[in-house]
Amino acid sequence: MMQDYIVFVGVNMVLAWSVYVILLAGSLSFANGGFMAIGAYASGVLTVKFGMPLIPAALIAGLIAGAVGVLVGFPALRTRGIYLMLVTVGITVSVKAVIESIDYVGGIQGFGGMVGTRPWHVIALVILVGCGLWFLSKSPLQRILDAVREDELSAASLGINTVYVKLVCLGVGAFLAAVAGSFYAHHLIHVTPDQFGIVVSVFIVLYAVLGGTNNMWGPPIGGVIMTLIPEVVRGLESWRPTAFGVIILVLLLIRPDGLLAFRDVTTRAKKIWVTAKADESKPARAKSA
Amino acid sequence: MNVVAQSVLVVEGLSKSFRGLNALDSVSFNVQSGEILGLMGPNGAGKSVFINVVTGLYPADAGTIHYGGRNVTGLASYELARLGIARTYQNIRLLRRMTVLENVLVATKEHIDRPLRSFCVWNQRSFVTAAKRLLEQFHLVDKSDWLAGSLAYGEARRLEIARALAGKPSLLFLDEPAAGMNERETEELSSTIRASHKFVEAIVIIEHDVAMMRNLPHRLIVLDSGRKIAEGRPNDVLAQSNVIEAYFGTDGTDD
Repeated sequence: MMQDYIVFVGVNMVLAWSVYVILLAGSLSFANGGFMAIGAYASGVLTVKFGMPLIPAALIAGLIAGAVGVLVGFPALRTRGIYLMLVTVGITVSVKAVIESIDYVGGIQGFGGMVGTRPWHVIALVILVGCGLWFLSKSPLQRILDAVREDELSAASLGINTVYVKLVCLGVGAFLAAVAGSFYAHHLIHVTPDQFGIVVSVFIVLYAVLGGTNNMWGPPIGGVIMTLIPEVVRGLESWRPTAFGVIILVLLLIRPDGLLAFRDVTTRAKKIWVTAKADESKPARAKSA
Repeated sequence: MNVVAQSVLVVEGLSKSFRGLNALDSVSFNVQSGEILGLMGPNGAGKSVFINVVTGLYPADAGTIHYGGRNVTGLASYELARLGIARTYQNIRLLRRMTVLENVLVATKEHIDRPLRSFCVWNQRSFVTAAKRLLEQFHLVDKSDWLAGSLAYGEARRLEIARALAGKPSLLFLDEPAAGMNERETEELSSTIRASHKFVEAIVIIEHDVAMMRNLPHRLIVLDSGRKIAEGRPNDVLAQSNVIEAYFGTDGTDD
């Protein structure tokens, strides 16, 4: 039971981050349920049919999903805003349809026999991804991503190859979703295409949005809360989905920018101040817009 | 010495039309190393289309652009920016939710050229110091930690120019930098631009403020209805009858 919690919470944290990484460059992705499916099935085939150990299988599955993300993303990133979102919805829907039609992986019946996820796998993944994103937030790359997210035209005029940056983010996000999907599948033992539908993609985006997307801590917190809420309201029996929906609406109403929308002016100023300690000048207090 | 070798930018026969309207009609000229070139014209003359075509925002219908002896026609705006062509926008495009210092830091050439490698840059001190030095030149260093969106209009203009220079360009385009400024602010801006001149090989300034264009540029080109109608020293050009006609109407007088 405890293992279930650790695996599901951890997987959902990483999934929320996978959306966050893509959103860093300004694209909202509903494709991550599809990437997760690619990860689950690709790693499952490798471990069950070819006897590969879980971790390399998960990494290869991640690379496959990343490659799919980049291949599909290259034409898709020419579209913007709502069109790009629809393309990502299309990715999730097509991945599910393709898997359902492949008898080799059980088609609509699902694919079984995957075992081996230990809680420490998931914990290690969360720590690794967290460290990576933390380093990112301190690096100049974060500023480049912020610039692309805020104003692509302006970013391009500064010499930033915006398509490349967005593509890399999409690839990394797909990789993370697929690795999380691999661990998820190898915990559940048996998965069906239904478990990776568009609803899952929407939920992953909700984790990130509810938690807050303007800093790296919001999405995983959203993932934790969204995973645990259904358990907390277990006593409500058939009213559970309703209560879940109401809680989401209330959260969005009281914290429209997400639960952890704290990366405001002062933290930004402080961050720069830390990097600029070498300079003698004292930082003026940040003034809000 | 041949002229081409001294030219930073050579534009030949540049044309661009929108739905049959000739916004640019075979415009040719070059930008010499070391000069401030003014480009003026009444509203709708094609100034903004021109800057947007030359900096890669729109593709040209016809014509070639050579920069530093290399054909750069059709390159994307980020490629041109990396080659050293920087620009500002008529309606100031700062990253408003980032601080003043971050706006300059983000343009650091070393990071822009290799975005993924910049993930591994831990020590940003030298870059921060360089950015602060640049902000100092533009009298913005006191406001390093302000959000760019909270700056006053004139400060935002200065920051946009400073940011453009942070990428170490050799050619700087300024798109109507004095738009919406009063006389005193325009005067301050002119001195900012003169100060910027030492950072770059050449500046092209697009503007329709006549007083500014009389004093600031070394050379002036006048566009009207997408065509070049005059080129030469500012005082000579502004005295030409066709320029006066295009600008002020037949009976117009200089203010």
